[in-house]
Amino acid sequence: MGNGEGSAGPGAAPALRPGPVYLAVLLIASCGLVYELVAGTLASYLLGDSVTQFSLVIGVYLSSLGLGAFLSRYVERGVARRFVEAEIAVALVGGLSAPMLFFAFSSPRWFPPVFYGVIVAIGALVGLEIPLLMRLLKGTVIFRDLVAQVLTFDYLGSLAASILFPLVLLPRLGLTRTSVLFGLLNAAVAFWSIRLFRDRVGPPGGLFARAGIVTAILLAAFVVADRLTAVAEENQYADEVVVARTTPYQRIVVTRNRAGFQLFLNGHLQFSSVDEYRYHEALVHPAFAAAPRARRVAVLGGGDGLAVREILKHPEVESVTLVDLDPAMTHLATTHPLFLALNGGSLRSPKVRVVNEDAMIWIEKEPDLFDVVLIDFPDPTSYAVGKLYTSRFYSLVKRKLDPEGVVCVQSTSPLFARRSFWIVDATLRAAGFSTRPYHIAVPSFGDWGFILASAKPVEVRPRLPEGLRALSTELLPSLFVFGPDVARIDDVPVNRLNDQVLVRTYEGEWKRFD
Amino acid sequence: MEALRLSRRDAIASLAGLPALSALAAALSACGKKDIRGLPFDGRIVGPDVARGHLLRTGDLLSRPAVRTERVGTAIVGAGISGLSAAWRFARALDTDFRVYDLEEAAGGTAISGANDVSAFPWGAHYVPVPASPNRALEAVLEEAGALIGRDASGAPEWAEEMLCREPEERLFFGYTWRPGLYPRDGASHDDLVQLARFQREMNVLAARKDSKGRRAFAIPTRLSSDDADLAALDRITMAEWMRTRGYTSPRLLWLAEYGCRDDFGTNLEGTSAWAGVHYHASRLPGEDDDEDASEFLTWPEGNGRLVALLAKSAAGRLSASSLVFDVVPAPKPGAPVRLRVLDAARNEVVAVEARHAILALPKFAAARVFAPWRAAPPAFLADMSWAPWLVANLTLAARPEEKGFPLAWDNVLHDSRSLGYVVATHQSGPEHGPTVFTYYQPFTDEAPAAARAKLLGASWEDLASAVLADLSKAHRDLPDLITRLDVVRWGHAMARPTPGFLSNSVRHLAPSGGVHFAHADSASLPLFEEAQDAGVRAAEAILAARGVRFASLAAG
Repeated sequence: MGNGEGSAGPGAAPALRPGPVYLAVLLIASCGLVYELVAGTLASYLLGDSVTQFSLVIGVYLSSLGLGAFLSRYVERGVARRFVEAEIAVALVGGLSAPMLFFAFSSPRWFPPVFYGVIVAIGALVGLEIPLLMRLLKGTVIFRDLVAQVLTFDYLGSLAASILFPLVLLPRLGLTRTSVLFGLLNAAVAFWSIRLFRDRVGPPGGLFARAGIVTAILLAAFVVADRLTAVAEENQYADEVVVARTTPYQRIVVTRNRAGFQLFLNGHLQFSSVDEYRYHEALVHPAFAAAPRARRVAVLGGGDGLAVREILKHPEVESVTLVDLDPAMTHLATTHPLFLALNGGSLRSPKVRVVNEDAMIWIEKEPDLFDVVLIDFPDPTSYAVGKLYTSRFYSLVKRKLDPEGVVCVQSTSPLFARRSFWIVDATLRAAGFSTRPYHIAVPSFGDWGFILASAKPVEVRPRLPEGLRALSTELLPSLFVFGPDVARIDDVPVNRLNDQVLVRTYEGEWKRFD
Repeated sequence: MEALRLSRRDAIASLAGLPALSALAAALSACGKKDIRGLPFDGRIVGPDVARGHLLRTGDLLSRPAVRTERVGTAIVGAGISGLSAAWRFARALDTDFRVYDLEEAAGGTAISGANDVSAFPWGAHYVPVPASPNRALEAVLEEAGALIGRDASGAPEWAEEMLCREPEERLFFGYTWRPGLYPRDGASHDDLVQLARFQREMNVLAARKDSKGRRAFAIPTRLSSDDADLAALDRITMAEWMRTRGYTSPRLLWLAEYGCRDDFGTNLEGTSAWAGVHYHASRLPGEDDDEDASEFLTWPEGNGRLVALLAKSAAGRLSASSLVFDVVPAPKPGAPVRLRVLDAARNEVVAVEARHAILALPKFAAARVFAPWRAAPPAFLADMSWAPWLVANLTLAARPEEKGFPLAWDNVLHDSRSLGYVVATHQSGPEHGPTVFTYYQPFTDEAPAAARAKLLGASWEDLASAVLADLSKAHRDLPDLITRLDVVRWGHAMARPTPGFLSNSVRHLAPSGGVHFAHADSASLPLFEEAQDAGVRAAEAILAARGVRFASLAAG
């Protein structure tokens, strides 16, 4: 701790030792840059288009630094006290910036003013502090050295932050904890400065009290950081965000890392390009092996086009109807280079018809019958999705199915959500289907389950297209074997529109693994 | 409680047209919109035709001569659920010699519905609970509606999944967010929860109770309920008194009990017979556990308009709309006709009708002005009857409001409001996004019905729309930006209020007189579809029997 020794001349405060002040400059600079990076990351995550977001954040932040420097000339007396107050304010605003922006994001009307307000406030406060510190050191150090040293430490602090942020802070702590942690660091600098400038700040009681309150608020925020954001999305920020879009139906986020790219819908991983082939081969080909004919195929959900890619490996397929609620999703799958590379432009095939509609509403009015129906909805995390797992929905599917046709339903993990998986099976049987459940390991998800269903008993013949990576005719029968920890539960209820047991069961089962 | 009172005053004051308060309500609801009075959407006051109904008051019509005389087997006066159910019963017995008269342009009474590009929607009654005990007439109608699709091995009905109210069924705006269910569990004290559990257990016991004749303590229709003395005694006290004597003091539980009264009867705790207040909870099937409400609802986007359309098919070609029956004279001696006079509003002419029988399927306040003997000497039962005024609004929205907490449900209730909140018309039909219609219900429970009615009928569309917005803006601040239309219906007499003594009112023993039968849910029963249907079916069967037609009774019980 700075132990400001030195002889005090009559009427003047004792001279400052510059060393501790340079350290303060370093810390202040690194905190400022971290807030800037937090804001930029959050904006590119929440709004997408990271180049625009980062360039706007940097521009606004730097100009706000200038604004703060300009304002510093209006501080005439009590320089040290103003510095400490600015430091306490940065601690509060910067420390709570991530949680504040998360909250503000839920309101499109309020997000932009809150977002830029936070950046300008932090920039102006940090911009105010450096000139104030320089004025405090004036007379202690030769001006030439003062400028050189202060700016050196300022930029060194920025360098430290810019290296730590992507490599350590974001992956280890996440956005919220990082911002709160640096707020605490600012608060610590405030405490330290009160001591450091104790001969210049005037009565310290009020400053200590304010710094103490801010520290308490930040400590509380640090403890409840998980609940503050309450989104499973935190852990995705570590990767580069390629697409982030909020549509009327859902939130679509695509991230990229060294291994490949990932699609998240409402914060839930839909696929990782590394191992999605295991999932999609398992979703598609067993149904084709069980169906006597596969000329007319429907895919419900699956707007990423990956299931359709597998379907088109069967030359007998004449038409594929893809029903996905969100036009933004199918548009992405039809136009984005990453998606096109992975799905091979499957949705652009002349055999494919894309329908953007709620599958429940579409299926009631669809006149055609299908030989194969692949049901690839997100897991039943809400009533709105849960309705697509009900006996009502399955009986509507049955009406649209050729008498010998086959359905395959992605049915969540029989390991993580064992009861949920068998509820889907029971619900299909309640709708009059015979079922054949099976499962396969998909590393990104874990052990993943599917259910084949048909009006007639399901017979899976050893018949697969060439060139598959995960499935082989030898392997196929083994997928239908369930070990003791995933084995059938007989005593499960049926999921009905008016009693959606699946949504509640699923939520409870996944909680155990979070 | 302070919040409750304030919001109530707020709503009533703006209805009363107090300029300052209603302007405030508009300003609140318009949420920063420039013009205080200018609402940023269209709408209007939709029927019922109050003026036409009020023609009955003056008696001027009685002096108008008839231009011609028509003859019919049975004249059914009123095309609400009871009148239409009588027509339905005749049609099932292959008796088509009847005609139904109604002063409105459309049949349905308080179960009418509307439709626009977005959805069909109810203007009143909007669901039927799955019957808790066998009810032949109800099951027959529900089977025709496609709601009853079969029976299991034990003979219990199986219901069409898509017509049972979808989950999530209900949610409550409490504090600053939406929460699941109707009871505000968050922040409830230990004592609150203990009282709730005790209340639910007590209701479950009453729901399961049967008397020595095998009758349920609280049945639907009510006439099938037990008349055990301790149960009948409940009709002598208010629900508020009953809650007090049973030691139920938890404000949250009192709220829940009162919500039930306001929802089904348009009355508050002080204005409801304890028998009716308990019936709301104990007529349903007992829940499997304390938490679970086992009762289920059949519902449609247009509410009970679905059943109105079905019943009205029975009267196709035999329904005279815009026809105000203003005089019914019973047959003076056996064999003589019942004489009716009808104002055909479209042609503005009076027609005389001679019928062998008539069914007065009207609320008693209207019947008292129509039925000649009652005009001469007002019946004693009338003095103890009153009707609750209701406001129903349909809000067409371009998109769903932004909101926090539990997702949009079928029934969306605001805790700190005297309205009942709103029902989502598209809930059953499926779309989870985009345009929808909210049907908003507000019974006026807290002042004398006549005073509330006068204010309601005196209010302009702007007054009413502003009051609805002010109320809902507690939960939905972005509503003014989303509404494309807001239409309202003012029900001056939405339903008979089951005040203490309603069950023993002499109207209960009202017998056919001179060929005139009486059928309405306000004859010592509750304002429910099942009651109205039961009354209509039984009146029709009484006439079929009088005519010597052989039939198997469909009447419940």
